[in-house]
Amino acid sequence: MDLLNIENISKAYSAHQALSAINLIIPEQSIFGLLGPNGAGKTTLIRIINRIIQQDSGRVFLRGQEMDHELVRKIGYLPEERGLYKKMKVGEQLVYLAQLKGLPRVEAVKRIKQWLEKLALQDWWNKNVEDLSKGMAQKVQFIATVVHEPTLLILDEPFSGFDPINADLIKNEILELRDRGATIIFSTHRMESVEELCDHIALFNQSQKILDGPKRKIKEQHKKGLYQITFKGTLEAKEAFSVQQLTTNEEGLQQAVLKFNEEAKPNDLIQLLIKEVELYSFAEKIPTINEIFISKVTTES
Amino acid sequence: MNKINIIIAREFLTRVRKKSFIIASLLGPIIMGAVLFLPAYFAMNSQGSKSFVVIDESEQMGTLFVSDEDIEYRYVIMSLEEAKRDLRENDADGLIYIPAFNVEDPKGFILYATSNQSLSTISDIERKIDNYIEEIRLEASGLDKAIIDSFKVNIEVSTINLSETGAEQESSSGAATVIGYIASFLIYMFVFIYGAMCMRGVIEEKNSRIVEVILSSVKPFELMMGKVIGIAMVGLTQFVLWILLTGAVTMGVSAVMVSDGAEMAQVAAGDNTIQMEPTLIENAFSALGAVNFPLVIGAFLFYFIGGYLLYGALFAAIGSASDSDADAQQFIFPVTAPLIVSIISLSIVLEDPHGSIAFWMSIIPFTSPIIMMMRIPFGVAPWELILSMSMLILGFLFTLWIAGRIYRVGILMHGTKVNWKILAKWFMTSDEM
Repeated sequence: MDLLNIENISKAYSAHQALSAINLIIPEQSIFGLLGPNGAGKTTLIRIINRIIQQDSGRVFLRGQEMDHELVRKIGYLPEERGLYKKMKVGEQLVYLAQLKGLPRVEAVKRIKQWLEKLALQDWWNKNVEDLSKGMAQKVQFIATVVHEPTLLILDEPFSGFDPINADLIKNEILELRDRGATIIFSTHRMESVEELCDHIALFNQSQKILDGPKRKIKEQHKKGLYQITFKGTLEAKEAFSVQQLTTNEEGLQQAVLKFNEEAKPNDLIQLLIKEVELYSFAEKIPTINEIFISKVTTES
Repeated sequence: MNKINIIIAREFLTRVRKKSFIIASLLGPIIMGAVLFLPAYFAMNSQGSKSFVVIDESEQMGTLFVSDEDIEYRYVIMSLEEAKRDLRENDADGLIYIPAFNVEDPKGFILYATSNQSLSTISDIERKIDNYIEEIRLEASGLDKAIIDSFKVNIEVSTINLSETGAEQESSSGAATVIGYIASFLIYMFVFIYGAMCMRGVIEEKNSRIVEVILSSVKPFELMMGKVIGIAMVGLTQFVLWILLTGAVTMGVSAVMVSDGAEMAQVAAGDNTIQMEPTLIENAFSALGAVNFPLVIGAFLFYFIGGYLLYGALFAAIGSASDSDADAQQFIFPVTAPLIVSIISLSIVLEDPHGSIAFWMSIIPFTSPIIMMMRIPFGVAPWELILSMSMLILGFLFTLWIAGRIYRVGILMHGTKVNWKILAKWFMTSDEM
């Protein structure tokens, strides 16, 4: 079943169109990447889902129910512009934010203590946020996002500002939450950073959704029959393939990207190649999301 | 509703637990008590330590200045130059020089002082010399002093307000003025202090970037109202603490003062200038009794809350449009101008508390909290009070509505240079959450 249905959402600010008739389906328990450059409309879409701003037209449904102020409690939101009350104690602040999400006080205290312990922050309950290191503050922020066990987790540029260790820690927590049933939306303009995590993606550019679907399927569709090989010897272009790139790597091996002219099975290609050269590696070249995005944007414009 | 309560609780608790709040709550009444009582206390006590040297070249006033508890007079026989030189070494506060004067045209009296002397000390000395010379002149003219004394009058006009029911009520415009001023200034101060607190709270939320997290849980209007109400409760708490503590300080200080005052009255029992004072004090008390305190306090609470809500909402809107206190400055003056105009107009209102300026300013919601508090001690017709209060309620509902519309847009804007035109555009933005 689908967790989130976004139907025909449009939003214009006075100067420009932020979103143009966006339709999007986010499947249950997926890790969904909203990808695109700055200003593509990702944050606007997220704010509309969170009911922080109002769309000009279109509707959002969570498990078939139209989003309202009660339903929005099922979302955990980590905004790109994020912060905490500096002069408030860690524990108190987390309890406050959890209460605003509808958790009763006692339950909030219990869960926050568990989370602080899990992230090795148990001694910081009574410290002011301004006394925390940046990494600790980020962990506190993350706890605030997930403490009410949201059905849908929306993370806007989640790893910006995280050091690699914390980023890894948070990544594992996110995967664990997904395994326990949560659905996660990532938004980022650094497409390589979450490509590995996402199973579904949607590409945005200039207020338009230009592509979406399961990541594997999208990559499949955008394969161009390119293969990357390393070899020793001389390779001459044949009827069956053309050489697109030829370089020499650090070990003195030749590297080439080959494009085969017709649909051929990898085994046939290898047979063809080993007659010519000494083959060290052979791999199908799968396009990165970034490459797909760039080719999409350039072909469209 | 539940969420607003959570926000109110946070806004309230984080502020009343601050050291600055506790210090202000404790210091406020002490400073107020000090402002009210210290000058009087010093005036009464400092006289005891005074001493004056007297040179009487006229050789007639040898018994005029008699030492008492407050001032010690010491007659010396030496030249003026020597006496002046000795003044500092002798540890005296001053030197009274009485020249050989002409009764018909007395002049040349000089007070050399090591420090500035109070007006009352100087007038006391002048009065003593005046009385003495008057008596000499009287004797010379052959008139009987007893007859002259019998001509002297000392009356006081009692003012009595005829209330609408026809009952006579003793009042004192003096007491009403003082109460009106105190109430007006308190409202002015509170609206400014707590309005600014509201504004800074909003700016803090914007700057620390927590606002977007909170807005994913509550509506902008709920967040704004929670803050405005929470801070109103901080103000009320501070006010109640001040009243209680000021009461305690006042009682403590006045207990000391009364015992001192009684001694003074005993000492000065012979002096006829003091005799009128008990009646003055009695009058003051009966006038205070005539002021309708339940009405004044009830109205004060109403206009305090109403005035604060009206301006607090606007301050919150200003905060939402600003990235820093400095950004906010440009909007503060225009918004608070009616408050400042009210304070400036107090003297006009005082001249004619029932005139048309006073009336209209106490009906218009932007000025009514201050102006009405000035008028109430002088007596205001019930229909005027009801009209003014209704207008204030409409007024703050109106500013809350305007502020809410600006706030929901402004709170998410960073780094925009905001001016009045942009505020108007935000206000007109159609989406309603």
